[in-house]
Amino acid sequence: MSDDIMIEVSNLTKRYPGHTAVADVSFAVGRGEIVGLLGPNGAGKSTILRILSCFMTATTGTVRVAGFDVFHESDEVRRRIGYMPENNPLHLDMRVKEYLKFRARLKGLSFVRSRDRVGVAMEQCGLTHVSRKIVGQLSKGYRQRVGLADALVHEPELIILDEPTVGLDPNQIRSVRQLIKDLGRHHTILLSTHMLPEVELTCSRIIILHEGRVLASDTRENLQHQINGSGQVVAEIAASREELVACWREMEAVDTFDVAPADGEYFRCTLRAANGEDLRSLVYSEARDRGWTLRELSRSQASLEDIFVQVIRREKEERV
Amino acid sequence: MQVYFTLVRRELGGYFASLTGYIIIAAVLLLLGLSFVEVLTKLNAAPTDAPITEIFFVTFYFWIILLLTAPVMTMRTFALERFSGTYETLMTAPVGDLAVVMSKFTGALVFYILTWLPFLGYILIVQRFATGGFVFDPYVLGSTFLGLLLIGALYMALGCFASALTNSQIVAAIISYALGLALFVLSLRSFMSEAGSSLSGRFFEYIAMTEHMENFARGVIDTRPLVLYPSLTVLFLFLTLKVVQSRRWR
Repeated sequence: MSDDIMIEVSNLTKRYPGHTAVADVSFAVGRGEIVGLLGPNGAGKSTILRILSCFMTATTGTVRVAGFDVFHESDEVRRRIGYMPENNPLHLDMRVKEYLKFRARLKGLSFVRSRDRVGVAMEQCGLTHVSRKIVGQLSKGYRQRVGLADALVHEPELIILDEPTVGLDPNQIRSVRQLIKDLGRHHTILLSTHMLPEVELTCSRIIILHEGRVLASDTRENLQHQINGSGQVVAEIAASREELVACWREMEAVDTFDVAPADGEYFRCTLRAANGEDLRSLVYSEARDRGWTLRELSRSQASLEDIFVQVIRREKEERV
Repeated sequence: MQVYFTLVRRELGGYFASLTGYIIIAAVLLLLGLSFVEVLTKLNAAPTDAPITEIFFVTFYFWIILLLTAPVMTMRTFALERFSGTYETLMTAPVGDLAVVMSKFTGALVFYILTWLPFLGYILIVQRFATGGFVFDPYVLGSTFLGLLLIGALYMALGCFASALTNSQIVAAIISYALGLALFVLSLRSFMSEAGSSLSGRFFEYIAMTEHMENFARGVIDTRPLVLYPSLTVLFLFLTLKVVQSRRWR
């Protein structure tokens, strides 16, 4: 196995009495990547992360982290990962520095080294000025940072974060995301989320999970390309509705379209190309020839939300 | 070893960082004090030659205190961590299952001993104010504390086992109450059957905790309880370990 692969999951299945949480999932994460596991609640994200972090065992399939099997060599694996579980459980009765020191010692760092590393981790996560505070009295955003500091205090090769920004306010979300991005420069990170902007902003690669199976796994750009080619075009034109509808209907390159009234005499037309070509020049020449006033012409990138919805819809259609 | 000591420190810290530890100690002190006053009042009425420890531990006061407080001391060990989710951060750190079980047990046992230390103070008070022939015998006191330690260790192990089974502290306390009281009730059977007459009689005599404690408090160290309590303790710790390990095959 090559040194460049951090996580190798093959044919992973986890069954609980009555239902299958994860069904035959395989994926790999390379060293240095920031990968997002994306899926609605109940898609099996947490289960996969718990198996990766050796908290649970798989029903079938193998998982290797940094070349070590999570079942047979769980000690080696646990030494190499920093894991922040869902809802970030902490010992609320301890002080920040005390807690991090406890965790560092627990992870086998020597006395001197744990002191140094706790200092660095607190610095990195912006906790230095609250180091004497009791964890239970911190705001949720700061608690999240304590969880992150715990995950990275022993300089793990892989950081696993389960829903790292859930329950935070927008400002806190931004700062935690920035923190994750910064961490990504030195660590491999695997995070799970059901929030699309999260992976959109932080992750280099996305794995979409639904009902325990991997629906798609690719970079964001590739996924966008896969879903809707060159994207859709939005044009705001001043013309009569009938004229516009007739025009788009005639145009062969247009697959589907939508005309909605905007303010004044303008209509907002959303056009999707039949064969993935860029419609902008066509729309422009059409407007010029007919003498329409064109005030906006843009090609919208599919947002992750679109990708997500599309992938799940496509999956459903295939099954029917 | 580093993991073990780190965890034991955390366990003890857990008792004292929150109010729980202080409340338990206060409750034990109240019960101890009340029972002691009661014992001394009786002593005033009818003087005796028996050591003060024997007089105290022959009564049921000790058992009431032990049976009532032991489950409260141990109910948090695993159940609280499971409930709050810190069990997940604990078990995903590179720690061995055995180290986790042993550190929880050690933490509870040390705390248990701490709650009984004030008892020494009572003895000293009696020594200070008693007139006449009160003799303070350190060996008797030593054997009393040995008995306290052995029986306490068993109850702590039992409580850890109960706590490992569930993520509710209340359920953990109920299970350990049931198990602890069952052991106690069984040990009372020896009063009912004639000692040594039959196999069952001998058996119940062998597990009669009240009699064992009486012996310890009298300064008699019998080897039978020295074997019985540690082996039962090890059994319950082993069961706890199996429960902790069960997450690997569940």
